[in-house]
Amino acid sequence: MTTTRTTAGTTAAATDTAYEDETWDELVGAALLGTERRRGSPEALLGAAAVQTVRRRAGLRPAEAGPRPEPAPRDPRPEPPEPARRRLAQLLAGRAGAGSGSGRRGAAPDLTELLPQWLAAAGQHGYRAPASLVPALLDVARARSDLRPQALALAGTRGLWLARLNPDWRFALRGGSGGAGELPDPHDAVGVERLWQEGLFAERVALLGLVRAHEAAAGPRLLETTWNTERAEDRLMFLDSLRVGLSADDEPFLEAALGDRSRNVRATAAELLSALPTSALAGRMAQRALACVGPEGVTPPTDCDAGMLRDGVVKRPPAGRGERAWWLGQLVESAPLSCWRDRFGGLGPAEIVALPVAEGWAEELHAAWCRAAVRQGDAAWSHALLGSASAPPAAGPATASLAERAKLLSTLGEEERAAWVAEFIRAHGLSEAFQLLGVCVVPWAGALGRAVIEALDSAREAGGYPWSFSGVMGLAERCLDPAEAGRLDALAAEPVEEGGAAAYWSEAFQRLVATLRLRSALHTELTPPT
Amino acid sequence: MTEQGVRWTAEQVLALAPDDASRKAGARLGGAGPWSQTGGSASGAVWGLCKGSGSKPYRTVVDLSGPAYKCSCPSRKFPCKHALGLLLLWAAEGLDAPAGTSAAAPDWAGEWLAERAAKAARPAAERSGRAVPADAEGARKRAERRAARIGTGVTELEQRLADLVRGGLAGQEQAGYAAWEETAARMVDAQAPGLAARVRELGTIPSCGTGWPARMLEEAALLHLLDRAWLGVSALPDPLAATVRSRLGLQPQTDGEAVRDHWLVLAQYDTASPDGRLTTRRIWLRGLASGRPALVLDFGPPGRPPGLALPVGLVLEAEARFRPGSAGLRADLGESFAPAAPCRTVPTGVSTGAALEAYGAALREDPWLESWPVVLGPVVPIPGGQQGGRQGEQQGATAWQLADAEGTSALPVPLTGAGSRPAAGLWQLAALSGGGPLTVFGECGHRGFTPLTAWQPDSSEPVALG
Repeated sequence: MTTTRTTAGTTAAATDTAYEDETWDELVGAALLGTERRRGSPEALLGAAAVQTVRRRAGLRPAEAGPRPEPAPRDPRPEPPEPARRRLAQLLAGRAGAGSGSGRRGAAPDLTELLPQWLAAAGQHGYRAPASLVPALLDVARARSDLRPQALALAGTRGLWLARLNPDWRFALRGGSGGAGELPDPHDAVGVERLWQEGLFAERVALLGLVRAHEAAAGPRLLETTWNTERAEDRLMFLDSLRVGLSADDEPFLEAALGDRSRNVRATAAELLSALPTSALAGRMAQRALACVGPEGVTPPTDCDAGMLRDGVVKRPPAGRGERAWWLGQLVESAPLSCWRDRFGGLGPAEIVALPVAEGWAEELHAAWCRAAVRQGDAAWSHALLGSASAPPAAGPATASLAERAKLLSTLGEEERAAWVAEFIRAHGLSEAFQLLGVCVVPWAGALGRAVIEALDSAREAGGYPWSFSGVMGLAERCLDPAEAGRLDALAAEPVEEGGAAAYWSEAFQRLVATLRLRSALHTELTPPT
Repeated sequence: MTEQGVRWTAEQVLALAPDDASRKAGARLGGAGPWSQTGGSASGAVWGLCKGSGSKPYRTVVDLSGPAYKCSCPSRKFPCKHALGLLLLWAAEGLDAPAGTSAAAPDWAGEWLAERAAKAARPAAERSGRAVPADAEGARKRAERRAARIGTGVTELEQRLADLVRGGLAGQEQAGYAAWEETAARMVDAQAPGLAARVRELGTIPSCGTGWPARMLEEAALLHLLDRAWLGVSALPDPLAATVRSRLGLQPQTDGEAVRDHWLVLAQYDTASPDGRLTTRRIWLRGLASGRPALVLDFGPPGRPPGLALPVGLVLEAEARFRPGSAGLRADLGESFAPAAPCRTVPTGVSTGAALEAYGAALREDPWLESWPVVLGPVVPIPGGQQGGRQGEQQGATAWQLADAEGTSALPVPLTGAGSRPAAGLWQLAALSGGGPLTVFGECGHRGFTPLTAWQPDSSEPVALG
């Protein structure tokens, strides 16, 4: 301190001393006005200000601390192993880079597509995010709503703590589902009751799911406590959330909801009841449907009576459809599929579907059966309606639409689904397979993966360009079993001249191999060391 | 600590990237996919072949002791994306030779490495580039001529400052920036770049918002102090005279002290000049044995990033040559004795009061010093925001603080300041702390404390903020 004063003092001493005893504020005031209107020279003012500036800086003291933030709740989950942490940092650093949108994507893997996989796998291992990466994860969650649940779950309590401090991340507080460990124990009646009464909607939906998973009959009991005071759109959403884990325990509640004030609520209750084959509504629908359809032919209903209306049948058909066909479709779709065996003299689903149907009614009837099979999750009927995967698509029983097939496929077991799609690809190639591949379980089963690779290889030999198959290529990068990388190496390494489709294919296969290797590394890194 | 096996973290590798595009491109090459014949040596080198779009793969070598890079790709960026990808691959998976032995480098890598080793073996003086003046008399005359020109510039600037204070600062808000820009140009003509930069800074203050008159008086007064110091420089003690010369932008006249130590890289960040043409890279080091701080600067010409890159958390055993003056902070790296390797010790932090005392003490050596490098801790970051004020209140936004874990003292954190650090780094700091104490390295000065690097209590891994 003394040295400083001497240093500055010697430089200022040469001039007059008019400003030497003034405070800093007085000096600033004098400088604003100008020395013209004051005694003393500009040099004296600048000299005194220099001394004060250095003195003030040298003598700075800490400020009074403001209120400290509440410490973040402890997150008991472990951090991922070090290599996995590095990988996440790398994926987050590269997140904005890829997806430049050009047709040719080079041989390097697309990191943007690997981030979702990393997040999903880390979630399965029950990790929490490294603290230093939580802000980047929150930014990802803000930018990509498809990744939001996973990114927020990984960010955990530290993420919610940060979100309360930064308005940019407020969205994380609204979601609710990301708040790991925020729900009360289902045994804690007081906690459940309080959250049900006071919680945000998303929290209440999550709570309902938790309570039902614990005890099926407890869900309707919880709903009944406040049902009459809920808004119509909330009643609809609550009903919709019952779809997961729907059971006979929900029937009385749903039956009561058939008399709801809101038409949408009534329709949803009816739809859910019809998915319960043992429900009274399903029985009533079966009676009506059996009266219309049988071995002797199809006789659609002539009237939509009050009972049908109460059971959720919509009276007015959409434009372009006859009302009798419209009613018939709704009855058949809501009737339990099990009722048809007796009606058709003990025949199985495949035989029933194969029966000739009276003129004009086949399409209507088969489409209704498809909807019923999807709603009731009936694999046997789905299989029958899907028919043979290798048959020409148009020959299928009223299931020419790929979207419908994809829905039917999702009711089959994993293996059966993969086998069916593999057969479809071998018979029809890749051009129509995209939607069907989307419902297969990841990583793809061996036979399915091989069918896709073979089909890509044939597409190359047929002289196509890889970007015509970019959708399937992208899916393959995400879904192929990394164990297939070895098989692809041969395709990637095939010698080619510069330019031309072959070079592009080689590049595309290289990228596929690189991505699979990276995916495999990514999963290995996430596995905790034993 | 010298084995190639002591790997860097991905963050450390990515910190080498000259720009964002390279960082992304490098990250995409950081998997095994395009690489073949990769390997590493015990002396701290890694190499590999990277398949590009052409028929011939690129040959990439990195000497970790520099670090220095060589790649057969046509990119003019250093390091190129291939070097970054190779380092990421090494960071993630290692590049160990089969059976754990160190592989011999292939010819194309070995030649370059041998060349570098030979260069390093030559005496330091020969490499330093500081040529012994052949014509001592001529050099003396040139220095005299320059001193005279600076003298003219300084006198002119003094006049300008006197006019400013005589007429009053009040008119400055309207006066605009152009007049100061012109004065700055005169200082460039006078070969005093240090003065030119300060004058430019002075001209921007009236548009900086509330409190500008006080800040302007401070800057004008310090500029005046520098002018007066130059005019009496021959009477000043040597270290202070050296400080004044370096503040004016003159090269040091004498060689500084050389200190051999294990230098821990505490921070590295870039700032762009106001016209965006020049990038300045600041690298903060601390001697693990001497405890001495060092600031290494490197500059990137227009369109090119600075060449020197030292990722945070590495330690390099090297000689640092300190330039005279400026509180002994500025250093140039000399001979290095081992490849840079990660450090596993966390530097010990000091309290907020001690941090300001260190800055105050350094001002004795250099009254123009804006800040001083300090490891602070344990401290708790207090995020700024709306929590201080009620809704609808104008003054709702509060500044960030770093508070001592024990007691009630805190340092303010400037949101913009000398380094103009982005707020992203502050949120990262908050995330690391979770409301608890941690150790932070940063620049402590009269504007407050700018955090640059942080360590969590249970980890020795430094996190570069921002």
